[in-house]
Amino acid sequence: MRQFDFMGKRRIAFIVSIVLTIVSIAALALLNLNLGLDFTGGTVVELHYAAVPSLDDIRTLLANSGFENFSVQTFGAADEILVRLQQTFSNDVGNQVVSALSSSGAQIDLVRAEFVGAQVGDQLRDQSGLGMLVALAGVAVYVAFRFQYKFALCAIISLGHDVLIVLGLFALFQWEFDLTVLAGIMAVIGYSLNDTIIVYDRIRENIRLSRSDNLAQIFNEAINQTLSRTLATSGTTLLVLFALFFLGGDMIHNFAISLILGIVAGTFSSVYVAAALLIVFKLERQDLIPVKKEEVEEELP
Amino acid sequence: MLNRYPLWKYLLILIVCVVGVIYALPNLYPQDPAVQISTTNGSLGDQQLDRVTRALAEEDIQVKSAAMTGNNTALIRLADAEQQLPARDVVDETLDDDYTVALNLADSTPSWLTSLSAAPMKLGLDLRGGVHFLLEVDMDAAVEQRLEATASAIRADLRDERIRYRSTDIDDNALHLEFANSEDRDAAREQISQTFNEFQLENREEGRRAFLDMTLTEQSIQDIQDYAVQQNLTTIRNRVNELGVSEPLVQRQGPSRIVVELPGVQDTAEAKRIVGATANLEFRLEARPDTPDAETETFPFRNSPQRTAVLSRDVIITGDRVSSASQGFDQNGRPQVNINLDGTGGSLMNQATRTNIGRNMAVLYIDHSTEMRTVTKDGQQVQERIPTTSRSIISLATVQSALSNRFRITGLDSPTEASELALLLRSGSLAAPIYFVQERTIGPSLGAQNIERGIFSVIVGGLLVVAFMLIRYKAFGVIANAALAVNLVLLIAAMSLLGATLTLPGIAGIVLTLGMAVDANVLIYERIREELRRKTPAQQAIHAGYGRAFTSIVDANLTTLLVAVVLFSIGTGPVKGFAVTLSLGILTSMFTGILVSRALVNLSIGGKPVKKLWI
Repeated sequence: MRQFDFMGKRRIAFIVSIVLTIVSIAALALLNLNLGLDFTGGTVVELHYAAVPSLDDIRTLLANSGFENFSVQTFGAADEILVRLQQTFSNDVGNQVVSALSSSGAQIDLVRAEFVGAQVGDQLRDQSGLGMLVALAGVAVYVAFRFQYKFALCAIISLGHDVLIVLGLFALFQWEFDLTVLAGIMAVIGYSLNDTIIVYDRIRENIRLSRSDNLAQIFNEAINQTLSRTLATSGTTLLVLFALFFLGGDMIHNFAISLILGIVAGTFSSVYVAAALLIVFKLERQDLIPVKKEEVEEELP
Repeated sequence: MLNRYPLWKYLLILIVCVVGVIYALPNLYPQDPAVQISTTNGSLGDQQLDRVTRALAEEDIQVKSAAMTGNNTALIRLADAEQQLPARDVVDETLDDDYTVALNLADSTPSWLTSLSAAPMKLGLDLRGGVHFLLEVDMDAAVEQRLEATASAIRADLRDERIRYRSTDIDDNALHLEFANSEDRDAAREQISQTFNEFQLENREEGRRAFLDMTLTEQSIQDIQDYAVQQNLTTIRNRVNELGVSEPLVQRQGPSRIVVELPGVQDTAEAKRIVGATANLEFRLEARPDTPDAETETFPFRNSPQRTAVLSRDVIITGDRVSSASQGFDQNGRPQVNINLDGTGGSLMNQATRTNIGRNMAVLYIDHSTEMRTVTKDGQQVQERIPTTSRSIISLATVQSALSNRFRITGLDSPTEASELALLLRSGSLAAPIYFVQERTIGPSLGAQNIERGIFSVIVGGLLVVAFMLIRYKAFGVIANAALAVNLVLLIAAMSLLGATLTLPGIAGIVLTLGMAVDANVLIYERIREELRRKTPAQQAIHAGYGRAFTSIVDANLTTLLVAVVLFSIGTGPVKGFAVTLSLGILTSMFTGILVSRALVNLSIGGKPVKKLWI
């Protein structure tokens, strides 16, 4: 089997990672996330037209009916229209929009209407940030307990890297960031960690088995040994995600995007960031020796 | 060496799989479109069902079955979903107002499965259409209302005890009483401390004036708020039941919020009006001309606001004393509400009217509402709620004779208003005002589309994974795929058993689980391949592969589970659904990936000497 020299090229990988991270942070800082209704509060009305309408006509009709601060866009198909309103929620706004628009004689069905109060949005935003931190902290504790704190540190940095890149791309392309995307990112944390742990597991095993002190060499072997597994699992997961992306419908489109990006970033980072960082943090053989007794018991299935 | 499991392990795995199949099975039976009839005060039996089925037959609507499902409910299953709406209208016309008719999706699970309490997964709103409300209970108002009630009780107390007070004043969580001198204050304190122990009492002097500050303790504030939410929950549940929605959900969320989900409801306006309505009634006597101003209040008439009447401040009873109410018409065809009072209400009403024959009695219609207004505060736009209460007289009539616990009120605008008022009186009033903080309406077409797309992507995603595994691992791919199929069955069974609701992100979770579930097998097979490359004998390679991959699998899955649990605890609605599927999927995939696939390997080739593995 061919052996790739992953660790030899770690400088290039670090540069790529750092550039991507900086771009992501810049995108987040300058462009901000295009937060969805769940976080901002407001009203969204989705309509289905029997015939493809003109967006400008819809805008004039809405303006004439006294709506303010709205945006109109197509959603998926040309005859699906999404109207967003800012905090002008009153009783039954969905039907008001429908009646305002059908005054032109168009055939319209209300597909969905959603209203989220501003407070709920704020609260959710705080809660989500907190949840993400709690998840990361929980993961760090678990990894520190099962491996060693240097592993935990590197795992967290590599997870943060994945999350940042996905968030950055969402900001850069201004894709809508809603609750399902948040769920997707949490799943990415779980998934990318999965990858990282498997590489770490192998690194730990190889360090204990080999007598060499050349860590880069050991890491290379470990990564090469797990590479086909990493690619196979990422491959199957990506396969189903592409199925979701193309067939799952508009409501989980962005969810699929977040996972696809996250899995690509996660696979990359578990090879380069998570493992290569261990060298930066000067992992030594001694760091793993005392844990040896525990290991013997756990090998039994 | 050979790879064998002891018999009990095979049996255990077999039992788990059989149980899984049984509990996953109900999901295969499609749900019937149905119309549900229920009644609270009419009689429902075969006679009504006969009438309904005949009426439906006349309209060419095919009825699959019509049967009683409980004492007061019946279910009419239809052959065609398209005919559900017309069928409801026909049934509604055939039966009178005593019956509630609602759309329903009825399970068609065979009885042997239901006897094992197997039931299909419930579909979330995003898959079947309907409305979702998130309501916030106004906690400050709940406390304030309690303080007001306490203040008036204290006033009455002090009057009875002939202790003179100057004024009572309310500000946040505290009640301030003012007295002319400290002797009166001390006497009052003595009296109050006996009855109102939820307050902390404190004396305060300002010049010559003496005050008593009564502050609610943290605990009692919490109790009041808790009570308000619980009471509102009950009231809203009653109202939703009156709406005749099948399988509604009314649930507390967090300390101050209530979630209401009404599947199948499309008319949000009506649902919102009834869920959020705060209308109530008060009965008061008209003031005598010689009554001092301090004891009277002036109210406008509801139908002609320029006309007013002067009423006494004393309330005889409020709508809370109503035990039942129904809408009807008087002899002139105008809408009226027939009211029955409970025992206390009846005697209070009787006492008040017996001694006041010939005087006028007014019925006040009270409506609490809140208006949202955007104000600029410290340079920031803030939404502020301004509570308003409108009180208006709907009828003023002379008391002809002593009233008992049954009477009727008139003066309402329309039959609709009368029937809504009757509904509100029946279901009770809200203990504190509520307002809507979130609302989602999902049309039925979107729901159907979501299901269709979701299932399609599960199938396509699943097939892709199956093909991938077959190509990459050949014979062992077959085993991995069998384990994957068992995993899907177990996951569905677990979700059905737990009564989890299937949402669109939940389907996404299933799809994702399918992709990740093969991970365990991939890990194991790669290990086996490695062992084979090292020229380990086949059986030993299998054993080592499963053994060595074990820690990796456990570590990797436990960390993902950790994240899923966090996701569950912060998420709401759909995201929770995703977290549930993901967590269950991790557990079932560990079981199938490690145990089921091992059992299959052991069964098929574990018992015989093999030279080469087709992997």
